Amino acid sequence: MRVTIEINGRTVTDEVEDRTLLVHFVRENAGLTATNIGCDTTSCGACTVLLDGESVKSCTVLAAQADGHKVTTLEGLSGPDGEQHPLQRSFREQHGLQCGFCTPGMIMASASLLAHNPKPTRDEVREGLEGNLCRCTGYHNIVSAVIEASGQEVDR
Amino acid sequence: MSIVGTRVVRVEDEKLITTGGTYIEDLREEALTGAVHAMFVRSPIAHARITSIDTSEALAAPGVVAVYTAEDIDLAPGAAGPVAEPWLADGVVRYVGQPVALVLTQERYQLADAAELVDVDYEPLDAVASIDAALSDETVIFPEHGSNLMQEHGHEFDDNAFADCEVVITETIVNQRVAPAPLEVRGAACVWGEDGRLTFWPSTQNPQMARTIIAAGLGVGEESVHVITPDVGGGFGAKIGADPDAVVIAWASRKAGRAVRWSETRSENMTAMTHGRAQQNTVTVGGRRDGTILAFRLDIVQDAGAYPRTLFLPTLTELMASGVYHFPKVEARSRGVVTNTTPISAYRGAGRPEATAAIERAMDLFAAEIGMDPAEVRKVNFIRPDEFPYQTPTGAVYDTGEYAQALDKVLENAGYTELRAEQARRRDSGDPVALGLGLATYVEITGGDGGGESGRVDIHADGSVTAYTGSSPHGQGLDTTLAMLLSDQLGVPMDRITVRHGDTDEVPKGVGTFGSRSLQLGGSAVRQAADEVIERAKQVAAELLEASTDDMELNAEAGMWQVRGAPSSRTVTWAQVAEKAGEGQLSADVWFDKGTPTFPFGAHLAVVEVDTLTGKVVLRRLVALDDAGPVVNPVTFTGQRHGGLGQGAAQALLEVMNYDADGNPTTATLADYSFITATELPDFELLDMATPTDRNLLGVKGIGEAATIGSTPAVHNAVVDALSHLGVKHIDMPTTPMRVWQALARVREAD
Amino acid sequence: MIPAPFSYRRAASVDEALAVLTEHGDDAKLLAGGHSLLPLMKLRLAAPELLVDISPIDELRYVRTDGDDVVIGAMSRYHDLQGDSVLREHAPLLAHVSGVVGDQQVRHRGTIGGSIAHADAAADLPAAVLACDGVLVARGPKGERRIPAAEFFVGPFTTSLEPDELLTEIRVRKQDGTGWGFEKFTRRAIDWAIVGVAVAGGSVALINMAGTPIRATATEEALAGGASNAEAARLAAEGTNPPDEAHASSRYRQHLAKVLAERALVQAATRG
Repeated sequence: MRVTIEINGRTVTDEVEDRTLLVHFVRENAGLTATNIGCDTTSCGACTVLLDGESVKSCTVLAAQADGHKVTTLEGLSGPDGEQHPLQRSFREQHGLQCGFCTPGMIMASASLLAHNPKPTRDEVREGLEGNLCRCTGYHNIVSAVIEASGQEVDR
Repeated sequence: MSIVGTRVVRVEDEKLITTGGTYIEDLREEALTGAVHAMFVRSPIAHARITSIDTSEALAAPGVVAVYTAEDIDLAPGAAGPVAEPWLADGVVRYVGQPVALVLTQERYQLADAAELVDVDYEPLDAVASIDAALSDETVIFPEHGSNLMQEHGHEFDDNAFADCEVVITETIVNQRVAPAPLEVRGAACVWGEDGRLTFWPSTQNPQMARTIIAAGLGVGEESVHVITPDVGGGFGAKIGADPDAVVIAWASRKAGRAVRWSETRSENMTAMTHGRAQQNTVTVGGRRDGTILAFRLDIVQDAGAYPRTLFLPTLTELMASGVYHFPKVEARSRGVVTNTTPISAYRGAGRPEATAAIERAMDLFAAEIGMDPAEVRKVNFIRPDEFPYQTPTGAVYDTGEYAQALDKVLENAGYTELRAEQARRRDSGDPVALGLGLATYVEITGGDGGGESGRVDIHADGSVTAYTGSSPHGQGLDTTLAMLLSDQLGVPMDRITVRHGDTDEVPKGVGTFGSRSLQLGGSAVRQAADEVIERAKQVAAELLEASTDDMELNAEAGMWQVRGAPSSRTVTWAQVAEKAGEGQLSADVWFDKGTPTFPFGAHLAVVEVDTLTGKVVLRRLVALDDAGPVVNPVTFTGQRHGGLGQGAAQALLEVMNYDADGNPTTATLADYSFITATELPDFELLDMATPTDRNLLGVKGIGEAATIGSTPAVHNAVVDALSHLGVKHIDMPTTPMRVWQALARVREAD
Repeated sequence: MIPAPFSYRRAASVDEALAVLTEHGDDAKLLAGGHSLLPLMKLRLAAPELLVDISPIDELRYVRTDGDDVVIGAMSRYHDLQGDSVLREHAPLLAHVSGVVGDQQVRHRGTIGGSIAHADAAADLPAAVLACDGVLVARGPKGERRIPAAEFFVGPFTTSLEPDELLTEIRVRKQDGTGWGFEKFTRRAIDWAIVGVAVAGGSVALINMAGTPIRATATEEALAGGASNAEAARLAAEGTNPPDEAHASSRYRQHLAKVLAERALVQAATRG
């Protein structure tokens, strides 16, 4: 079937199998490889993107379901002038990433979390990111990164 | 001003936070254009005879390029310790997840469709699904071997070892099997050139070792294999070298005459990537009622899984058996057995966490028996600072340590006395939510392989620097760390330094990253190479400044060469020196082989709350001191500790790979396996201490695994401590709610 | 993993969805948020030939009051429901439970109708609706019918919906002033409940204590007879035969049901 999705402001149209997962459309058809696949049970969140502004696991959405909708991936998070999003800066500043594999999904999930809760507590960040697994960081610095991006002081 | 020891954000991150890393699936190399996709057909049965494989239907499926089985493979079998491990199962399968066939298709989406059509008939055999079943030898997995026992190591136990003890405690402690579960699964891409040379991109911790394994597997010379490691999405020991699957992929690429891409699914990964830990350890500890321990015995049984790939794990556990304690008598032995389960290999700590878990649980058991605070019992038995270097009865030679000081700092900063008072208050009031305090004081061995590492430093004519390392970081931030070291040593700004690794044509010699070896060995190698470059530059600078070589000195603040004792004299820059020397001349390529193992140590305190009505454990605090000598970059040093704490706590609380009695894994997806999340972990409380070593050029010890090793027994001990007043003496890990509830139910019934 | 091949159809209205169901019968499977179905398809535990995507049916996305009832369109997402002011006022249990299903991303896609029609005994919302004595509204070629929740869940992943019927609406009595409580016991926050208890007034429903969500009738009767919360909760596992699994035995689940029932009842006493 023919699928048209606006990804990071660019319209991508392609003929795909009906069963094509959104994550593969993003990676293969749109050529945006920041979004990773870490599992096959909707558990890890590595493939998180924004669909119409809200975080979804793109391995559990069909490309067909996103037809006519807007998707934002990590590559689309920086401003038009290339200025980095506060989360991109804070993940780096707070060392919220190590191997980097969970990072695109983690940042997109964090963006969605902050959209709904602009000043979360550390516990609220932990709860908000429960659907995103990280094997490297023990999460501490990820929580700090989200706190910093929210404009709050990181006190630990 | 020196930047070593200051907080430097990582140079690696810019790409990772904007366009994402380039992992195996992200490779867009031209050479891979038109690559076919590969998927293994894996055994769904733990132990069975294969009576037939019919590939005809799969071969007729859309897009199928080839289906290979053992019959097709014309390679000499690989070895897994004392037995052969077939590339694809050749008549018998021995674990769920073992590769049976390989399917190649044009498109990724055709893979699973075709793989489903490979028709394999299995005739089930009795499965050996536990250590006890293996030891019984009722079913022998490799009949030609005669027994499931594959390795015995260590000494006979002395019947009189505990004769002088007032108190002797024995307990069997399970160190459960866990899944390393790096977020990026295993994968590779490869292509054979017209020159007959293989280019292979693996997700590995050790490109040079991967090259050796792949070349040996294929029966070709190492010069015929070019390995390039892209970004690696975590390894944790399970991506050391290359698994047999990688050899099959390289072979299939040659056979089919096509470039091949392979990436396993997560559900495959959970049974096909090696697991870690999997020991059953019996500890016996004896001593006096004043807390002095006189004798310690550790009897290790290592479940090696179906193919015993790494039987060094239990011997490392033996080596580290007595931990931070000065015990007059220590006995350790190990046995390695095979079972019809996924092979066991390294997982963050690899042999040392098991040793620490056993001794630290034993210390608490002993303390409970004699009615002494666990902190006090530890203090009575610590190796004292004046005893270093200290040779343990099992043969380790510890370099430096301040064990008592580490524990004291933790106790003081955590408010141990107040926490004990709070615990007593809750117990007195009958609070159903019990408070538990768990201690672990640990020592571990890093760079324990005793091998060296390569390092090369090139100064270019523009004054920029390229360093090449045989280490192969995959998240540790070593690019930043090495650049910091070089920046300090050479006086060249960080942004003029590039660190390269992972390509075996660029870095032909190397060992790679495991066992927390990279900074102490890889860092020392780069230090040594830079030392040599400085020596060479000295001569060139002397020519430029028309002075004696002996009078030349590098002003590492400014990155300038000058004449000693004449600060107002003329200076020359690195660029001038390098230009004079000629491109490629100011270079040193070294092999650092003077490193010997180092012994980081620390003390951890965990505070848990246990709901005694449901058995649920909540980890409230984790206070950790990890001393690995001087710190190059506090940012990444802290990151390694955090990650270790998280993974260590996960083993104590949640994670386990379970099998049923027939050898079927019951936790084989990420939905079933309790991979720890942010919600289950607290903010970590870190304390610092830095005791240097004299065993390498930097005075550093490894930090990659240390916090994993300390945190598991700390959290484990905390859970048991919470319930000790109710009569619970031990609960095996993971301390899941049902385990806790069952333990409480047992003591209630016993009353 | 990738699902086996299937055909995808999008239905923009209830009538369109029903027409497709009538035409294709058992070969067609409805796709709402997809967060129960797609994972099963990716693991190839389910392989429908035709997926009918009903998530675009905007007419089924609402929460409103209707006389004494609060009514919820089946395609309402958890994320919409957890913050919905009408739901929070008139059925706070359902709003609360919608906020604890899965994780943030799952709640952005998953729908209440999808969860109820999927009828997983380990799921949160079916039990919560059962506790509220909810009524499930189904539309089929023969028109609309109302099925009490107690008759809707007939077995594991099995409901009394006909293959050509579509769940369109969830109706519950306004719970104004009714005490409510909810306890979900998991190893990790994101896990399915090992056991859960939903309380609405004197009604107590159990998650994962049988092949379907069930009512703790002994507890309810005891409460009606004036028993204390603690006494009534002790009867919560009466007559149950919950799943026996490696991480949670049947006996353990029965124990948990009693502990959690008391906690949920205590919560209910303080709310409403």
